[in-house]
Formats: sequence, structure tokens, C-alpha cells
Amino acid sequence: MGQTLFDKVWQQHVVKANDDGSVLLYIDRHLVHEVTSPQAFEGLRLAGRKPWRRAASVATPDHNVPTVDRDKGIADPVSRTQVEALDRNCAEFGITEFGLDDVRQGVVHVMGPEQGLVLPGMTVVCGDSHTSTHGAFGSIAMGIGTSEVEHVLATQCLIQKKPKVMRIQVDGALPTGITGKDIALYLIGQIGTAGGTGYAIEFAGEAIRALSMEGRMSLCNMAIEAGARCGMVAVDQVTLDYVQGRPFAPKGALAEQAEAAWRQLHSDADAVFDKELRFQAADIVPQVSWGTSPEMVLPVTGSVPDPADARDDVQREGWQRALDYMGLTAGTPIAEIAIDKVFIGSCTNGRIEDFRQAAAMVRGKQVAASVKLAMAVPGSGLVKAQAEAEGLDQIFRDAGFEWRDPGCSMCLAMNADRLEPGERCASTSNRNFEGRQGMGGRTHLVSPAMAAAAAIAGHFVDIRDWQ
Amino acid sequence: MQAFTTLDGIVAPMDRANVDTDAIIPKQFLKSIRRSGYGPFLFDEWRYEDRGEPEMDCSKRPKRADFVLNQPRYQGAQILLARENFGCGSSREHAPWAILDYGFSCVIAPSFADIFYNNCFKNGILPIVLDANTVDDLFRDCFAQEGYRLSVDLQAQTVTTPDGQILHFEVDAFRKHCLLNGLDDIALTLADADAIRAYEARRQQEAAWLF
Ligand code: SF4
Repeated sequence: MGQTLFDKVWQQHVVKANDDGSVLLYIDRHLVHEVTSPQAFEGLRLAGRKPWRRAASVATPDHNVPTVDRDKGIADPVSRTQVEALDRNCAEFGITEFGLDDVRQGVVHVMGPEQGLVLPGMTVVCGDSHTSTHGAFGSIAMGIGTSEVEHVLATQCLIQKKPKVMRIQVDGALPTGITGKDIALYLIGQIGTAGGTGYAIEFAGEAIRALSMEGRMSLCNMAIEAGARCGMVAVDQVTLDYVQGRPFAPKGALAEQAEAAWRQLHSDADAVFDKELRFQAADIVPQVSWGTSPEMVLPVTGSVPDPADARDDVQREGWQRALDYMGLTAGTPIAEIAIDKVFIGSCTNGRIEDFRQAAAMVRGKQVAASVKLAMAVPGSGLVKAQAEAEGLDQIFRDAGFEWRDPGCSMCLAMNADRLEPGERCASTSNRNFEGRQGMGGRTHLVSPAMAAAAAIAGHFVDIRDWQ
Repeated sequence: MQAFTTLDGIVAPMDRANVDTDAIIPKQFLKSIRRSGYGPFLFDEWRYEDRGEPEMDCSKRPKRADFVLNQPRYQGAQILLARENFGCGSSREHAPWAILDYGFSCVIAPSFADIFYNNCFKNGILPIVLDANTVDDLFRDCFAQEGYRLSVDLQAQTVTTPDGQILHFEVDAFRKHCLLNGLDDIALTLADADAIRAYEARRQQEAAWLF
């Protein structure tokens, strides 16, 4: 019987099988940031342990960093302490770090692939749930907690139980204007935020193969919002072309050897999955979330739902609470919802292609007068530099956007970038939880082009009609 | 890590589905580089009227009277009763740290988000999965009876209700072992150091680009 992509990569990383069915799984790449690592380094220190394999870990600060006036340092003393702790820990334990003054600094999930630190078939972990992003390379990529960060630092392994494997196939050509982000939101709307719990998801089918690496990363990034352990896409020429020539990717003869191995990283034709779901790309319309969970999502052509139509009491209460929090009335067309702020960035949509798509929408136009702030925050210093080389920053600035320095920024509002209570935001990030972008803030998740169009119009619009 | 063996405690009902880690401990508290001290900020935005900041003295902050943990009958609760997909969202271990620091060492729900579930075991918290109907019954009884308690026995894998009903739960053998004995699993893994080295040597032959 054939093997699934997940099984192939898993099997290559089993150090030892335990009696209870768990395994000791070897970790090839460990990405580190300032928020979930200080207690792990402290744990190592207290136990007198050393990192098992230094070169496997690479760090960068992202969650807490300012996106303006960076030369003045970090104003918030608590944030500054945490970023300095990362610098100190990396220096003490000999771990490579792209610090605040390094052009390679950025959101850890943008920086990793960009540097070629994430390669096909690897096992990748990070103390961050959106590590699932890296499954776009046909790797097993999982978010872990701080205790496991310490475990990986100390042993280069994790104790893991093999999840079940689900294949989600999206058939047919990808309609114009539909991105990896729309596919992700659509699928979560269909299967729910717990739809993937206990599973590794392989995304497959014509529409997925048609995505760029950026699109695949946006999709896998949000696999965690469907509750999955990880999301994956098989390796193909698109993957190989992306990886080639990146700073940490293999070169010369080693690259050829690697490519031969990477070409095997797909599910065999006769592989059996624990669960299979199929969707049609033609059914996907640009998506906008309306509530406080990523599964509360609708096509831009839809209207805010009525709790009376919920499937049970728990859902009804959830919807009602979401409507109250979001300040929305059942039956309001999505396209009539006016916004106060716009955020384009994050590990979901902070890559060069995202800014190209957004810039195409705003070129020659002006941010609506009713919009208080529209910000474009590149995912890394290199994305920023590339966008500037292409003149995208000027397009954003001319339209009235702020063009910022790289970091997580208003995706989670740990720095100064945040919503005030009651403010409504079109955001390209991945979570619309209560308070996520600032206490009382109201988040609508959309693709970069949808966010850009909303900034210009002052409300959501169907970008398929955009002129 | 603190071991978990048995627990007999007051139950606090958190009657919402999809309670996420941002709700359990809002991001401003993630700036701390410590492992403790998060208890006063557990469910901060639901619990207090004002915006919490790290290092604040919470004893003087205005509380939301209708929030479950602010009600007198649930003071001293050690067991949190929750709805489906509890702990979804980020991987922040600050969420279980806050739950533990507050005084809970057991969470009962019909389902948990994966990373959160795993993080609980690393911190001496026992997450128990019971089927949705059973959890529904527990909610009903907990609301109905002031001072409602449950008794949990990890060795026997049972939850006993005040009327003597015994509910069985599943738990992975290895996790149970570690939790019962308060074991640090890094030490256990390092006992396999030779196997890890042998694996690395083999992989270096097969896939040199990884090293
Ligand atoms: S961009 Fe947002 S989701 Fe991504 S790592 Fe940063 S905070 Fe997390």
C-alpha cells in the first residue's frame, strides 16, 4: 500500500518507537522568537543543560517589536526586556539570531522560508501555533509550547503521537481574485475550527497546485485555525523553484541530491487517508469573517447571519455573543459594513506577493476619508526592501497608507499598533478572537486585495467587480 | 513539575464553546519572562472592567460581577468545567500557567485544542475529555447545586460526582505516568541520547543537507 506525504516525512524522523505508540521524533529545524522562549532558556540554565544541536535553531524577535521609529529603540520597558532577553539567550547559548538591526529580521514564519531555513521534508517546530505555515514545503511543521521549546533545545526531539491524516482536495481552476487566504477561510467555514482536530491535513487538488508558495503558506498558516496539528502541500516544481538559491538551502551537488529526495515528497496514488474531503474551487467567493472565530466567515456577497438559524443552542449563543461583540445586526449585507482601520501584514499575508496584490488595488487611488488608519507592515526586512525596490511602498504611501517596519504588529497588538475599543478593522491576519487586535477591537479577516479595496472604499467590496 | 494524583474540588463552569488562549490570558501578559504570577490575570478581559497591564495590583481593579469566577459560590474552585474546543488559538504556555497559578489543576471539556491539551500535561494540569452529553449534565448540576464538587482520580481514570456516579476517562499511558510522578520528560528523552546520536549519524549519510 502506498504512503501519504505525512507518513513519509514522519517515518524519516522516528528516532525510536515507544511501547505506548508514541515516538521520539527528530526535529530538523527550530525557529525561536522572544515571547515563548525566555522560560525555556531559563529552564536549560537551571538544569545546567546545553542545546543539543545549536545550528538547528534560528531566532528573531517579532511579536514585540516597534514598526515605527525603530532607531529610538523599544519604548515599552517590558517589551524591551523580553527582546533583550532573546539577544542575551542567543548569545549565551550560541544560537543564530537576526536581531532588530538585521535586514533579515521579521515575523518568524516569513523569515524562515525566505532564508531557506525551511526545506522540503523537514520537521519544523516553533513556539508558535502558526508554525503550520511551513507545511507548504511538504514538511511536518507544528506549533509547540514553551516546555517543548525547552525539550527541543535540550534533545533535538519531541515525544509525539502520530495524528490521523486527512486530505482536503480542492478541485477545479482557481477563480480570478481568489487567494490562498480565501481558500483557508472558506474551508474553515465549511469544517469549523475543530474540524481538523487530531489530524494532519494535506491540501491537494488542482486549485492548490495552482497556488504560489506564498499562497500555499497562507493556506497552511491557517490549518491551525481549523484545529489541525499541521497542514501540508506536496512538493512540486513550484516548491523547488522557491527554495533554490536561498541562503540556507543546499548548493551544488548537495542541492541535486536533495532535489531528487524532495521529488518523492507527495502522497502515493494508492495512499489511504483516515478522512477525505472534497471541495470545488468554483464555489469559493472572496471571504470576509463576521464574528469572533475564524469559522464565522461568509462570502463577501453574503449577509450577517441570524442566531435563529443556528444549528443548536451552543452555536446560537456563540453567534449572539459574536454579534454583540462585533456590533453587527443580523441581515446586514457584508458589503455594507464600514471599517475604521486596515491592517495588511502578518505571517498569513506579509509576503511580497501579498503586497503586490494589495498595491494593485490601491494604485492611483485614495484611502477613504472615513478610514482612520491604513497600515502596510512587511513580514520581514527583506520583504520590505523588495517591495521598496518595486516601488510598492510609494504606491501605498501615495494612497494614504502608512508603510511600516517588519513585525507582527496589529496581528496581535503586543506592541503599540492596536485597535481601540469598538474600532472595526479589515485585517489580513489569521485570528478574529475577542480582543485579539486590542481590547474591544473588531476584526474582519480578509485577503490582502480585499483589505486594500476596503481601505479605498471605506467598507467591504467584492474585488471581482473592482475597477 | 507538580505531580497530579487525586483531586476533590469545587467546580467552576465556563459555559462557552471555543474559549481561546487570547481570552485565557491576553497578549500583554506574554511580555513577562517569568513562568508564574499569571493567575490574577486569568480571563482578564472577561473578569475586570478595565484593561489589565502586567505587574498591576488586581485587588483594586473593578470586577465584572456577572463573570463566573467573580461569583462567591465559585471561590476556591480547582476544577474548570468547559465546552468544546477549549484552549484553541495560540501555543502560549502562559495559558496553562495562568490556569494553574489561579488554582485550577483539572479542566473538563468535551474537546480541547491540541497544543493546549499537550501543554497542560507539561505543567501538572489534568485535562479530561468527557462526551458532550455528560459535560452537559455536569453543567446542569453545577449550576443547580451551590458548592458542587467533583472528585478526580488519575490512577483509576475516574471522575466521581456527588451522587456517586463514576465517569471513566481516557488518558495516554505515557502522559499519565509522567503526571502521576511529576516527571520532567527532558530527562527521560536524554536517557535515549545514544539513539538520537545514532539517528543523526544515519541521517547525515542519507540527507546531508539537513546538517
Ligand atoms: S504575525 Fe500574528 S499570527 Fe503570525 S506569528 Fe505574529 S502574532 Fe502570531
